Order: sequence, then structure tokens, then C-alpha cells
Amino acid sequence: MRETLASIKAQAMKQIAEDGADLDALRVKYLGKKGELTAVLRGMGALSAEERPVIGQLANEVRAIIEEALANKAAEQKEKALEAQLKAEKLDVTMPGAAPQVGHTHPLTLVQRDLENIFIGMGYAIAEGPEVEYDYYNFQALNIPENHPARDTQDTFYITDNILLRSQTSPVQARVMEVQKPPIRIISPGRVYRSDAMDSTHSPLFHQLEGLAVDKGITMADLRATLSTFAQAMFGEETKIRFRPHHFPFTEPSAEVDVSCFACGGKGCRLCKGEGWIEILGAGMVHPNVLRNCGIDPEVYSGFAFGLGVERIAMLKYHIDDIRLLYENDVRFLSQF
Amino acid sequence: MNLSMNWLSDFVDVKDVDIKAFCDRMTDTGSKVEGYEILGKDIENVKVARIVSLEKHPDSDHLQICQMDIGTSENVQIVTGAQNVFEGAIVPAAIPVAKLPGDVTIKAGKLRGVPSNGMLCSFGELGLDAHDCPGEFADGIWILGEEYADRIGEDIRDVMMLNDAVVEFEITSNRPDCLSVIGLAREAGVSFDRPFTLPTPSVKGCGDGDKVENHLSVKIDCPDVCYRYTGRVVKNVRVAPSPMWLRRRLRAAGVRPINNIVDITNYVMLEYGQPMHAFDAACLDGSAITVRYAAQGEQFRSLDDQDHTLDASMMVIADDKKAVALAGVMGGANSEITEGTTKVVFESASFNGASVRVTAKKNGMRTESSSRFEKGLDPENAMAALQRACELVELLGAGDVVDGTIDVYPTKSDPVILPLEVERINRFLGVDLSADYMKDVLRRLDFTIEGDMVTAPSFRIDITCMNDLAEEIIRIYGYNEIPTGNMCAEATRGGRTEKQSFEVALEQVMYGMGYSQIHTFSFISPKFYDKIRMPEDSALRRSVTILNPLGEDTSVMRTTAVPSLLEVLARNNNFSNENVRLFEVASVYYPNEDDSQLPEEKKVLTVGAYGKIHFFAIKGMVENVLALAGIQKATYVSYSEDATYHPGRCAKVIAADGTELGIFGQLHPLTAANYGIDTQAFVAALDFDAIFAHRAGTVEYKPLPKFPATTRDFSFVVDEAVEVGTLITTMTRAGGKLVEGVALFDIYRGPQIGEGKKSVSLRVSLRAADRTLTVEEADKVSAKILGAMEHQLGITIRQ
Repeated sequence: MRETLASIKAQAMKQIAEDGADLDALRVKYLGKKGELTAVLRGMGALSAEERPVIGQLANEVRAIIEEALANKAAEQKEKALEAQLKAEKLDVTMPGAAPQVGHTHPLTLVQRDLENIFIGMGYAIAEGPEVEYDYYNFQALNIPENHPARDTQDTFYITDNILLRSQTSPVQARVMEVQKPPIRIISPGRVYRSDAMDSTHSPLFHQLEGLAVDKGITMADLRATLSTFAQAMFGEETKIRFRPHHFPFTEPSAEVDVSCFACGGKGCRLCKGEGWIEILGAGMVHPNVLRNCGIDPEVYSGFAFGLGVERIAMLKYHIDDIRLLYENDVRFLSQF
Repeated sequence: MNLSMNWLSDFVDVKDVDIKAFCDRMTDTGSKVEGYEILGKDIENVKVARIVSLEKHPDSDHLQICQMDIGTSENVQIVTGAQNVFEGAIVPAAIPVAKLPGDVTIKAGKLRGVPSNGMLCSFGELGLDAHDCPGEFADGIWILGEEYADRIGEDIRDVMMLNDAVVEFEITSNRPDCLSVIGLAREAGVSFDRPFTLPTPSVKGCGDGDKVENHLSVKIDCPDVCYRYTGRVVKNVRVAPSPMWLRRRLRAAGVRPINNIVDITNYVMLEYGQPMHAFDAACLDGSAITVRYAAQGEQFRSLDDQDHTLDASMMVIADDKKAVALAGVMGGANSEITEGTTKVVFESASFNGASVRVTAKKNGMRTESSSRFEKGLDPENAMAALQRACELVELLGAGDVVDGTIDVYPTKSDPVILPLEVERINRFLGVDLSADYMKDVLRRLDFTIEGDMVTAPSFRIDITCMNDLAEEIIRIYGYNEIPTGNMCAEATRGGRTEKQSFEVALEQVMYGMGYSQIHTFSFISPKFYDKIRMPEDSALRRSVTILNPLGEDTSVMRTTAVPSLLEVLARNNNFSNENVRLFEVASVYYPNEDDSQLPEEKKVLTVGAYGKIHFFAIKGMVENVLALAGIQKATYVSYSEDATYHPGRCAKVIAADGTELGIFGQLHPLTAANYGIDTQAFVAALDFDAIFAHRAGTVEYKPLPKFPATTRDFSFVVDEAVEVGTLITTMTRAGGKLVEGVALFDIYRGPQIGEGKKSVSLRVSLRAADRTLTVEEADKVSAKILGAMEHQLGITIRQ
């Protein structure tokens, strides 16, 4: 019987080792109820009492060896099958992605939200006012009486003699000061209208952002500090500002404000036309007449105001060379932002 | 304002200052420089030369060989083709290597074998025209004349007074005093700390016993708008071209020389900033000048031969019978200075700025004079300017100035006197300047200081308050010297309002759903309402109308943003852009019944799409927008009355309180056709304000269910006309509070269902918060639902 066991073991091991061996069938063949090893065990009754435990142990050993071989082979087969599956499932990852369609923010909104967030961080609230506005708020309250030459610089669309499309966001200043007592710190972004024919640099409708701070003891140094902080936040930490005296009827003193060119750092390039500086803002200390018109005592309070063009900044920032692109809304343009 | 640096040096010496540095400093102190031009920069090596001898070229009929004295020891030979030259003539000669305007380089060469070491120059070759220099040399070499005999060998640029730079200033409207050489010289003096000298004009007069009163009297009928009128008379006038130096200065300032009398008025205007007028005294009816308002309908022909009908608001200068000038705007053709003029009245007056501005505007003739007057000019300057004009008349020998001056000055204004509040100014500016420094700056700017009180010079009409003094001081000290430390002020709470934040959140949701943002114009053409097929009688056609639009296309303020959106959709479609999804949050404008009141401005969300999109995708977008606002109980109602939309594919969104939140649907094929859109397009017009107003309050968390849900599926065969919404509502109501939701999972149409019918399959989900429902409980709810369907809708379950 020893020979039989040895031969079963040898044959089983050989068959199990074969590639693609059917392990379930082999298990039945050797270890099943009618399997070869079982048959050997069954025939043990014919053995002597001395031989029986020896053969029995031998048979159990063979059984254990076959079982282990089956288990090992099963594990090996499973691993191979997984490998094959993974190989079969290989993808060409260079094929294009299937991204869901995502919308794009209009560049004007991108810039406007940037501006808003910078000033919100400095304690400014966002104020809004009507686009169709009274002449009073657009001009008179802002120290621009009827027949003032400054009206020439803002060709205005009129609805009636007294109602117009606001030519600046400044009327919001006057409206806020009328109803809110200092301290006031607001910005006011929005659409403004001027009777300029459309070309690559002009649009009859564009966006401004106006800022106003009124309180006791507000100084021109505060204005410079605020605009310097703003310029660094908007255009980079290295940005410097430069004030040039100017005239606006609603501020005194008034300034035009340049920032050092954010493309070349002030060395002079195409963007800044070699100047090293780019004009960005108008600003100044709120004229006492404006404060007075809005019921704020200029002997007690002072303030500063500033304004900038959103289109201008968007065009500078993204190197957009034609303002019309902003209003054509071609998705090939929009999807770049 | 174009400033000749030579002219400037009559009043202040800044010759040693580099032109770029000059421009930068002037800009820094408030006189903004737009740019500068170096005159004569393209002329080099052109000299005044005399033709010593002249001989014919041996091989040419028209060439002549000139021996030229160019101020050096040896003569130079130049061959010329010009025919107007002669022996002894003084001419400009380009001596190699020379440069002429237009990038012309003159080198030595040979003309038909004869060496020529240069070129004789014409006006044109020097970049000049007949306006630059008196004479008749348009067609040949410029013959300079014997008065240049002692200047042989000199650079022609010196002779032509081209050694000059012209600086272009942008003068702000509050500083009309700087629209003058003298005003800018004063600024330059302060800016560079140089003395500024203003000579007082001196007029000799003809001293023949004649007096101005013999020729002229002046009366002002309207002292409210004519503050001062000064005048002098010049007789024996000799109208002639002005001398070169005067012409050059006018040209540098961009003014065309005409004749000595007219040139003098322009010269004085540029130098003093005071517009002058000269008119032919012989054309006056009588000798009395009256400044008065025009008669309504009065006719007037201006110098430029335009006819004007005046009204009673306009001020004129008139003789006994007629208006001879539109005050401060333009003279009349009837009294123009001509070659034959022998007696001239010079006028230097002061008019109300607003009056001149309105008159100029109404007559459509904004002139150099009116644009100065409208800014407000100093009446004190009028007399000095008048005397300067007469001084120039004598200098130029243009006539005899009659003794005596007319000066009618009914309306004097008081000088502006302000306290110099040193501490307050320092605090206001955020600097620390001494009282002495402030006083010094103000003094140099011609302010008068007595103790702590400051009197503004009369020409500084812009000075009215402390801020103005602060500006004067700081612009000279330097705006950029103000520190940029940190702002110290009471803290304020910044941020967006809830509504502004909602708009930002809405934008984010729209981007996430694939919609890109657009910005379109607020004004549209009224024809756009036709294009979206808005009914003729729609209230929305009443729009806020612009009185002075750029064009019909942008003439009314839109009451709906749909047309603008469709323009953009169509444009993108034309560009073959695929799968376009767009939105805009913008205002629409509803006119007020009372047109003296502002219109109502309302914010709307307008959405458009074409490509891989269908009705229910648009509806889903709308549902997400409402979900953002937390609006749960909105209903969607089929709507076929809006002609913009497909009548069977359009819905209104209604809030629980009945408020319309918006409308959306597929574009009607005829609307699409109006825009040339050849594909199915979808539009939603939502009321941003109303959606925001209906927003839910804060979110309140609901505990997650602890017990499982039970579902029951139903299939009903119904007529096509029966809406799924009706089925769901009925089932939800009938099922009672155990119904958690009703979901549509299939619609089937087919032969076994029958024509005009559909099978609708719905899954009802049932749940109780405190227990697992038993089969019996679920069956009971099912029975109630089936009962309601049968009794209320007459619908039975599909067998």
C-alpha cells in the first residue's frame, strides 16, 4: 500500500502542478468520497494491526500534502486570473477626458469680485444705486451744477431734463451719505453710461467701481495708504502707487493715481507704453460742498473717494485689446476665463 | 494748451532744465503734460547763405552753378535747378551731410558732371508753408531778404526760430488761468523755485490830442452776465502779415497766422488767457457799443459765415442797429477785419461763463474763446490784456493807438479771503509742514498773506475753501511725499448684503451646471420686442426711452433681457460654437407712470442654451436655482400664451403664494427663425428679486430616518392630456402623511395601450418616523391612493 500511496501522491502532485489544472476535479478525484486516497483508506481493514496506524498516518500525510498543493495552486490561479483581468482592462489614458461641461465667469465679473473682496477685507460694504438716476445725484449733489464745464467730459444720455443714465457710479456716494451717518466705508460697483460710440477702446456702457470713506479725521495719507494696500492686493506685493494732481469737481485735492506696471515691474514695456506706470484710478478728498449737500458737516468730518474702470483693469490684466470682446460674449472668448 | 518754451522764457528762466525733467515736474505740481515736441529736430546743417556768383551749367538749360558764401573762409559750390535765384540772394543752403524733414539726407554729389556740395532749399523742403513766413516763395527757393545779411552762416533753425520745444499740457477745467503762457510761467516759477516776472504793458499812444471817446462809447445793459468791458481804438491801421517771431509763436501754439491785427488778438489770448476781439470800426453803425441780450429771433451771421437765429438768453455786442458779435463766442461777419480795414476797436471783456457756454452750445459753435470764458475768467485780467494788445500794435507798427481807454466795470466781485489753518491742513493731509513753508508756497502762487488770513489772487476762481489751500500746498510739496502708512480709523463692518451674497452663490451654481456668464447692454432697439414676438399691446413694450441715443439699436432701456440673450445665442450659433449655455444677472427697467420719477429697476436671471440640452434639463436648472434659495413648494404650470416660447413646451414657475417666479421653455420656431437660430434653443427668464424674496430662512436639519421605507409601484393608463403633475399631486394628497415621495419611473406609449394614451408608472415611497410599516399599513395607503385616482380622476390601474 505504501507504493500505492506514493504513486497517488506523485500523480496528484504532477496533475496539480499542470497549467490550468482543474482543481475541483482533482480534489474529487483524489480526496472525494470515491476518490483514490479515500479508496486506499477504505482498504486499510485488510492490513495488520501494526501496519494500520503507520499506513493511516502516511495516508493522512499524503492527504495533507495534496490539500496544501491544491490550496497553493488555487491561490496561484487566482492571482494569475487577476493579473489577466487587469491586463485585459488596461485603458489608453491618453484618450481625452470626459469632463462635465462647466460654466465660465465673465472676465468683468472676475475682476469685479476681486476688487470687491479686497475692499470687503478692508471693512467696506457694497452699496448699490439706480442706473437710471436723477441729474441731482449724478451731477448737482457732486458739486457739478448745471452748465458746469465738467459736464462736457461726460457725454450723458438723458431720459428727461432731470433724469439720465448715470455717467459715473459716484451718485451712489451721495445717496449713501444722505441716509447713513459716518463712519462710512463703501464701494459701489456697477454699470455706467456715456455717449461714446463703440470702438476698440470705448463703449457706451461700461463698469466702474467707486469707493468712499467718511469719518472724523480721515486724511489724505489714509487715502494713499488705502490705495497702496489695494494696489498691492490687486497687482502684487511689489506694486507702488503714484499720485498726480488732477481736478474732479467732487474731490479736493484730487489726484490721478498710477500703479507701477505689473507686467514689467516699472522698467517700461508694451503694456505701460514704456512709462513704467499705468493710470488706474481717480481719487481725492471729498469736497466739502459734497459733504454739505448730503447733510454731513465738513467741519467735523472728512473723507476720501476713488473710482476706477473695471473694463480697463480687466483689459490690462488679461491683455484684452478690444473692449467689444467683453460684450460680444463669444464662448470661445468666455471659456478662456 | 501748447506752450512754446521760447515764449515761456519771456517770463521765467528754466532754459537750463532738461525738457523731460521740466515735463515731469510740471505734471507733479498739477499742470499735466501730455507730451512734447522738439521743433526743427529733423533739420540739420542748413545755413543762411548768400549766392556770391551764378553761372549757367555747361550741359543743362535749367541748372545753374552757384558759389555760396556760407560764413566760412571758402565759398561752396552748389548746383540748383531753381529759377527764382539771383546773384546776391540770401537763401537757406543745406550743407552736406544735412538733414531735411521727411528723412531726407543731403550729400555731396555731381549734377551732370558738375560737383554740387549741397542744396538750396524751398519752404516746403524745410517743412514750412506760406503761413510760417511772409512772402511769395511757394514755388521756388526761399529768398530771405537783406535783413538777414548779418546772419550769413547761421543755422537756419535760429533764423526760423525753430530752436524751440512745444509742450502739450492738459489743463483741467478749474484752472483757466493756466490756459496761458503767463499762467504756466507762474506755475513753472513756483515748481522750479525761479523768479517769475510779468512786465506791465506800456502803450505810448499817438499823443495827437485825439481821444477814445471821440470814436467809441460802451454801455452794458446786462451787468448780470457782462462783468466788465474794456476797449481801445487803433486808427491808421496797416493790415499786414505779422513778423516771423510772432508767427512762429502762434504756430507753436497751433494757431494759424492770418494778419497782424487778428494775430495780435490770438497772441494776447494765448499769452494772457484772455480772449480778445477786434472789429472794423468803419462797419459800426454809430460809435456806441451796447452789451445786451439778443432780441428773440434776432439774426446773426458769424465770422465763419454761418447764420444763427438768436434767442433772448444770448448775449451780444451790438452797435446802434445790429449785433456785431456773439459775446465771448465769435465776432460777426459784418465787422470782420479785412485788408482794407483802417480803424479797429479792440475789445477785452469779462462775461459770465455759464451764459457763454449755453450760447455757444445752442448755436453749435464752441470756439477757443467760448471754451475759455465758460470756465470763468478773471475780470482783472481784461485790462492788462487790452494794453498788451495795444503795446503789440505799436511794436508791430500796425496802427496808431488812440489815447484813452474805455473801461465799464459794473460787476466787481470780492476777493476770496480764507484763514490759513496750518494745523487743520496738516491733519487733513496727514503731513507735518511748517506755517512758513505753507505761506511761502502760497506767496509764490501770488496769494496775499496778512497775519493768518490768505487772499486768493483774482485769477484763481477755483479757490473757495480750506481744501483748496491744502491742495495748493501739497501739490507743490509733492503728493507722493505724503506717507502711505496704515489707515487709522474706526472699524466698520464690511461685506456683502444677503442679497449680494445670494447673487454670488447663484453665479457659482450656474457655473457648476455648465452655464457661462455674459454681460449685455442695458439698452436695446424697440424692434427687439418684435423679434421676440412680444404682443403689440404688451405692457412690457413701454420702455424708458433715451432722448439722445447713439442710435436706434441702443435707444430704449430693456424691460426684458431675453432679446439681448438671444442675440448672443444667435451669434454663437453663427460661429458654430457647440453646446452653448449662457446666463446673465442684470437689471431691467420699468418706466414709472409719473415720468418725473425714476423707473423701477429689477434684477432678472436670464438663461439660454442650445446643443445637448432638452426641456427637462432647463427645468432641472430652474429647480436647482429654486433649491439654492430653499424654495420647495413652487409649482410648474404649462403656459401656451407667451409667443416667444413653443406653446407646448413652456412653463411658468409659481411660488406657493401665487407669485410668478419666472418662465422657461423651448424657443418658438418662429422666434428662433427671427434670430436665425436653426436648432432647438431654450430660454429661461427668472425674476431674481422675487426668488430672493421667497428664499427660505436658515436651514433646519431633519433627523435621518431610523426605519426603512416601503415602496409601492403603480402604472396608470391615462389620456395624453393628463399631466404627470396632476397624478403625483393627487397620489400625494390621498396617501396622507406616510407618503414620503412619489417618483415617476416610466412612461410607455404603444399599440397595446391605445392611440392617444400613455402608461405612467410611479413609485410611491412610504415611511413612518417611529416604526417599520407593516404590509397591512402599506396596503391601506395603496388602497386610498387607488380610490382617490378612481374617484377624483376616473383613472384605474393598468392591468
